[in-house]
Amino acid sequence: MSEHWLGLITGICFGALLQQGRVLRFERQVGAMLLKDMTIMKFMMSAILVGMVGVHMAVALGLAQLGPKATQIGANVVGGLLFGLGWAVMGFCPGTSVGAVAEGRWHAIFAILGMVAGAALYAEAYPHLEKNLLVLGSLGKITLPGVLGMSAWAIIPVLGLVFILLFMYFEKKGL
Amino acid sequence: MEKRVNWRPYIAGALVGVLATLSVIVSTKVLGKTQFLGASTTFVRAAGFVEQAVDLGHVQKNPYFLKEKVKVDWQFMLVVGIFIGALAASVIDGSFKLEAVPPVWRERFGNSVGVRALGAFLGGIVAMFGARLADGCPSGHGLSGLMQLSVSGFIALTCFFGAGVLMAALVYRWKGGAR
Repeated sequence: MSEHWLGLITGICFGALLQQGRVLRFERQVGAMLLKDMTIMKFMMSAILVGMVGVHMAVALGLAQLGPKATQIGANVVGGLLFGLGWAVMGFCPGTSVGAVAEGRWHAIFAILGMVAGAALYAEAYPHLEKNLLVLGSLGKITLPGVLGMSAWAIIPVLGLVFILLFMYFEKKGL
Repeated sequence: MEKRVNWRPYIAGALVGVLATLSVIVSTKVLGKTQFLGASTTFVRAAGFVEQAVDLGHVQKNPYFLKEKVKVDWQFMLVVGIFIGALAASVIDGSFKLEAVPPVWRERFGNSVGVRALGAFLGGIVAMFGARLADGCPSGHGLSGLMQLSVSGFIALTCFFGAGVLMAALVYRWKGGAR
């Protein structure tokens, strides 16, 4: 039961922050893909900037474990590209579609229905992909520090600096 | 020329970083399992629930549903929470607005709700098929993946955005009129 409550409370906070960041909207998401409005990039990169410090600190203090998703180059690339193609037309991602309906953009209901159908379709395709595309370039649960043989604390400041420079660029260009 | 910076996405985003950190700590302590923000697996479970109502045996035999397990879990409730949180926040600050066809879409495809619905539905099918193949969406791969400096997150997010930019240019810019 506590699992459900914890998920719900976390979700309520997440939903409120997505809404307050104004990233649930179709025009923001498509605006980013048209390279005209970088609001969702500012939001995501700010979250990553704070979260990568916080999560790695929690791990260093023994308060949490990392759980990176496995790198399967074939599936990550093909799936990632397919996602992008659909994302541009749909104008929402899975998490934001639900929040978009909640703030009144009810056309996102059709996006949700499509995504449930897409998930069902994938469940049928999975047995046929399991032994080919899904094992292509399978490298396990690797992280950047592991691959580069460096501490996460050497990489985090570099990535943080890149993000901050990008923020300055976005603001300078009025994106 | 003085330009005002809109701090909204930065502040809300940074708070999501705080939320993600608190969430990994609390979930590890309370549940014994570290939970990371994500959303797309919930759509698999939702599909499983719908199919179960029609043909239970089919779902029980499908290896993907067996792998992901059709149940209401932490992430499922997270997605339910997103709805409640976004509804509450938008009602409180008055930004709640009923919208059937977004302006950018209308400019290109007109005011038809049916055409918008079809676009959202078909886009949704392709995007979710891709997200499940890639094993994550902009939350799971993008936010949680990059926070963990996961290689899969960097690959997936690059592909999400790269294909998105290409497709958006084709869909909204290509052919006259739409600019």
